[in-house]
Amino acid sequence: MAVIQVERKPLSFAERTYIPQILGGLKTTFKHLLKPTVTLQYPEQRPEIPKNYRGVPTLVKDPNGREKCVSCQLCEFVCPPKAIRITPGEIPEDSINAHVEKAPQAFDIDMLRCIYCGLCQEVCPEEAIWLQNQFSMSGYTRAEMVNNKAKLYELGGTLPDDHFKWDKKKSAEEHGNAH
Amino acid sequence: MFDFYFNLPLWLRLVLQGTAVILVLFPIAAACSMAERKISAWLQGRPGPNRTVPPILAWIPGIGVFQRLGLFQLAADGGKFTFKEDPIPGHVNKFYFVAAPILAMIPALSTIVVVPFGAYFNEAGKLVPIILANLDIGLLAVFAVSSLGVYAVILAGWASNSKYPFLGGVRASAQLISYELSMTLSVLPVFLWINAPGGEGTLSLFRVVELQSGSGFAWDSVWYVFYFPLSAFIFLVALFAETNRQPFDMPESESDLVGGFHTEYGAFKWSLFFVAEYCHMIVGSAVFILLFCGGWNPLPGLPLGDVIHWLSGFASWAAHPLVMGLIGIGIFLGKVFASIFFFMWVRWTLPRFRYDQVMTIGWKKLLPLAIANLIIYTLGIAVLAHLKK
Ligand code: SF4
Ligand code: SF4
Repeated sequence: MAVIQVERKPLSFAERTYIPQILGGLKTTFKHLLKPTVTLQYPEQRPEIPKNYRGVPTLVKDPNGREKCVSCQLCEFVCPPKAIRITPGEIPEDSINAHVEKAPQAFDIDMLRCIYCGLCQEVCPEEAIWLQNQFSMSGYTRAEMVNNKAKLYELGGTLPDDHFKWDKKKSAEEHGNAH
Repeated sequence: MFDFYFNLPLWLRLVLQGTAVILVLFPIAAACSMAERKISAWLQGRPGPNRTVPPILAWIPGIGVFQRLGLFQLAADGGKFTFKEDPIPGHVNKFYFVAAPILAMIPALSTIVVVPFGAYFNEAGKLVPIILANLDIGLLAVFAVSSLGVYAVILAGWASNSKYPFLGGVRASAQLISYELSMTLSVLPVFLWINAPGGEGTLSLFRVVELQSGSGFAWDSVWYVFYFPLSAFIFLVALFAETNRQPFDMPESESDLVGGFHTEYGAFKWSLFFVAEYCHMIVGSAVFILLFCGGWNPLPGLPLGDVIHWLSGFASWAAHPLVMGLIGIGIFLGKVFASIFFFMWVRWTLPRFRYDQVMTIGWKKLLPLAIANLIIYTLGIAVLAHLKK
């Protein structure tokens, strides 16, 4: 490889006094004084959140309004800081979703522990838990920072879903070719 | 009212005047911290403090303007500094620790005594300065008293009994002594020029301005910054160093000394140091303006007297001493604010020097420059005086 020796030019007298450079710097900073501000006024103006942003983990329902989570507890096991606590519960016989059998009775995510790793979303077989674009979690007490099931569903809302896996399963059962 | 005031005993008048000046100076110094934040913000393309508003006042329509300007921040800062818990660390020398911020305020506020803020014509048509004490040693007094401020810094650094404040204090003392030399040498040509042989000798700051108040294209209408540009430059650089402003803020450079000499201080004591620094800045800029930028004269060749003369053509009350004094003070304060703005502007332009660079600039650059400046002007003035004869 060719080595090019770059001659380091000695500074001229004007440069050694630094004064032209300082004046140039002052000019630059003065221009910034007159420029409009670039700051986002946070609570009023919200930043543009990119798609696939990994914010607060939330629970979602399917378009039919059914809880997707089947309380398999995979997310609870995989969660590195053990932020998730799930109490599994049965789905009552008379529910229209009785064929699913299980849904979480309680589902808490401690946001003081969560590290937003997204493993829970990765591991969930039902695509029930999603890290969405909610990024500002704050509270005055530790208890406030634990998202319970109601809060998680409120944050999560409904995501489009075209699988309707449990509905297909139910109709298959009804038409006699389960499994 | 005017007569009533001048019939009061002298000591009472002096006390009143002194209190008035401190009551103006202190809030201005405090407001500088606000200006600092706003100007930094503007230079960095952000709006700066614009949220604070007392909850009750927030209901008044139109108050939003003051809120966005951040004016309530001042009250919030003051309230916080006053009421917040102010612990004294267990390992410090309590007496000196508490004394240091108080000592910092004394020179900061007392140098203002010899600084004239304006002038008016008395009945005899003679220009009278608005000043607390028109001493003949004006400038010497400023130098002598303001350099006492370093004691507070050293004391704070030493009494804190911890490494970083101590280093900050040591740096401060070395830096202030180094730059004091160049500063004093840089103004000597100006006073050589004023105290021409045969004339009346004085170091009064008022006299300096008086000699820059010629009108039109007279010899004495030019501000001294044009006669002594190098002096003005050296003075300005030394002023930056003396007031511990960036790029010379060695005593408190937070990147290597945490907070320097005030690391262990909090709340009100800390804010006293801060206000003292701004007071030094204000007095320093005031002296710079008096020496080199024509004091209360609006423009070179357009002295305050001419402006008042012109104004009194429209309204006779403009020639009243009170009006003239107020206009003079207004112009002077305007210039001081411009210079404080310059201080803050430089802060966001230049990176902080390294400590050895500060010393190199002080001893190897500025001091020889100041001496050369002095010699050249001395020779020049001697030649001029010889020619005149
Ligand atoms: S994002 Fe990671 S840390 Fe947070 S709940 Fe999910 S698995 Fe746990
Ligand atoms: S959210 Fe998903 S992984 Fe977690 S328990 Fe529910 S179904 Fe299982």
